[in-house]
Amino acid sequence: MTTTQDSLTELKLHANAIRRGIIESLVAAGSGHSAGSLDMTEVFTALYFAVMRHDPKNPDWDDRDRLLLSAGHICPVRYSAMAEAGYFPREELLTLRKFGTRLQGHPERVLLPGAESTSGPLGEGLAQSGGLALAAKLDAKDWRVYCVVSDAEEQCGLHWEAMLFAAKFELDNLCCIVDRNFIQIDGSTESVMPLEPLRGKYEAFNWHVIDCDGHDFAALLAAFAEARATKGKPTVILANTMPGKGVAFMENDFLWHGKPPNRAQADEALAQLAAERATLETVR
Amino acid sequence: MSMQLAEYLDPATLTQIPTRDGFGQGLVEAARRDPNVVAVCADLVESTRMQPFRDAFPERFIEIGVQEQLLVSMSAGLAMAGKVPFVASYAMFCPGRAWEQIRTNMCLNETNVKVAGAHAGVSVGPDGATHQAIEDIAIMRPIPRLTIVVPCDSIQTKKATLAVAAMHGPVYLRFAREKSPVITTEATPFEIGKAQIYREGADVAIIACGIVVYDALVAAERLAREDGLECLVLNNHTIKPMDSAAVIAAARTCGAVVTVEEHQVQGGMGSRVAEILVAEHPVPMEFVGVDDRFGQSGTPAELLVHYGMSADHIRAAALRAAGRKAASAH
Repeated sequence: MTTTQDSLTELKLHANAIRRGIIESLVAAGSGHSAGSLDMTEVFTALYFAVMRHDPKNPDWDDRDRLLLSAGHICPVRYSAMAEAGYFPREELLTLRKFGTRLQGHPERVLLPGAESTSGPLGEGLAQSGGLALAAKLDAKDWRVYCVVSDAEEQCGLHWEAMLFAAKFELDNLCCIVDRNFIQIDGSTESVMPLEPLRGKYEAFNWHVIDCDGHDFAALLAAFAEARATKGKPTVILANTMPGKGVAFMENDFLWHGKPPNRAQADEALAQLAAERATLETVR
Repeated sequence: MSMQLAEYLDPATLTQIPTRDGFGQGLVEAARRDPNVVAVCADLVESTRMQPFRDAFPERFIEIGVQEQLLVSMSAGLAMAGKVPFVASYAMFCPGRAWEQIRTNMCLNETNVKVAGAHAGVSVGPDGATHQAIEDIAIMRPIPRLTIVVPCDSIQTKKATLAVAAMHGPVYLRFAREKSPVITTEATPFEIGKAQIYREGADVAIIACGIVVYDALVAAERLAREDGLECLVLNNHTIKPMDSAAVIAAARTCGAVVTVEEHQVQGGMGSRVAEILVAEHPVPMEFVGVDDRFGQSGTPAELLVHYGMSADHIRAAALRAAGRKAASAH
């Protein structure tokens, strides 16, 4: 997709709808993770609406690009993006975390076609993504693998095992996106268990590293294009994000990491998003 | 059905081959039959007998170094793309270190990954307690969707390897390091989930898995010759899903049961047999296995005796079970 102003506005409208779906599903569920779900909205929008080769009507298509969400707790953004893309009806978002739902509190591949992998326990997504990417190489397939991880996941040993692995096998069909929002349950990543210099760590592991504003579509699309063009090594996009992005009273407050809005807070958030949508539609 | 076992149990005439050799042969044959079979190795290619596969199919051999969690999670990814990954390490490290990856990435995720746990049991010998997996069945048994197979000799391990390659779903295949008697033959049938009667009898049922099936047969011979007891010996090679019907039938026939495994008594194959029989047909029961202890260095033979898993121990357990049966009949 070319990054014309029109196409960027379309992406922003999709992002707006995805954020509304996140708020609606979380308030209906009564539990869940708000901040990371909201701040990954542009990344998921870009992947589903501009970057990935996929078919919502054929989620098991052999030649699709794969998107694994390692940080399973921010699944509301994935579910909402999938609904917006047409994988399932938007109303189903209101079943999030409820008994009998396909939209489990943490995603399950077996239940939801297109979810690609079961996740929740942290630090495991990149390893599975590496296996998928290697399988594509073994079979000379051109589909790509995208893996979204939280920043705190980089405290898990398995993630570093996967970084070694991806570099050894030169998995240039693998792109990891880090939600670099600096928050985790107990506070700032840099006080809980410092990750910086994160870029230097990935570079030392022989990855191609791209720093990027995780809310800027033009920057994200350029980053994904650079990842695709990078040969011989895997790419990580350090997506600098603001936790809670898009809902003013949640932004930059780590207390929103693991809780949902109540009804009144959700109404306030939805009103903000409705106003943003109205503005976007005027420039459409 | 005839089991067509080796004719004599005399260790002087029986061939002695490590069960892991059967895995290595089965893996190559499975790869010949299915181009999607790949092997993932965590720096133990020779020990786990993956080198014949590496030589025959180098492009399908994936060496990842000492990374047992990656071994499982990455292989789940391979499986999601249609590969049939066989992953091997010492049972102590995988499943030992990779339990949560096995539960979440492999089983909850319903991927077609086959975990081969080598060097299981105290018979690893001189390496000592750190390397002697005797808790692995206990940690694997409660995981839904998982199949667990513990074959009794090298020929059966080869058949089991081919059988788990042919079925779809996550598997744990457990085998040992040392040479052990080959008691089955190429003609002996093998089917996952189907326990096998290797000796008929009606006094005590000895239900065993792994390399100690041989010791159970030796004990049964002695019990017949020296104690006048005819013992049924059941090779209960599939721990999950266990052949409940065969276990219950053995208990009904004999009225007393001894379970034998190279594993902690707690949570092992015998525990599952007890769960089945307590619900369906309670009989006096004795457990031969490791009694809540860690292993240590020694020769395999020394350790099997020290930890109570020799033919003599099995015989003593059978006599206790028979005594309890007689007492309860009065």
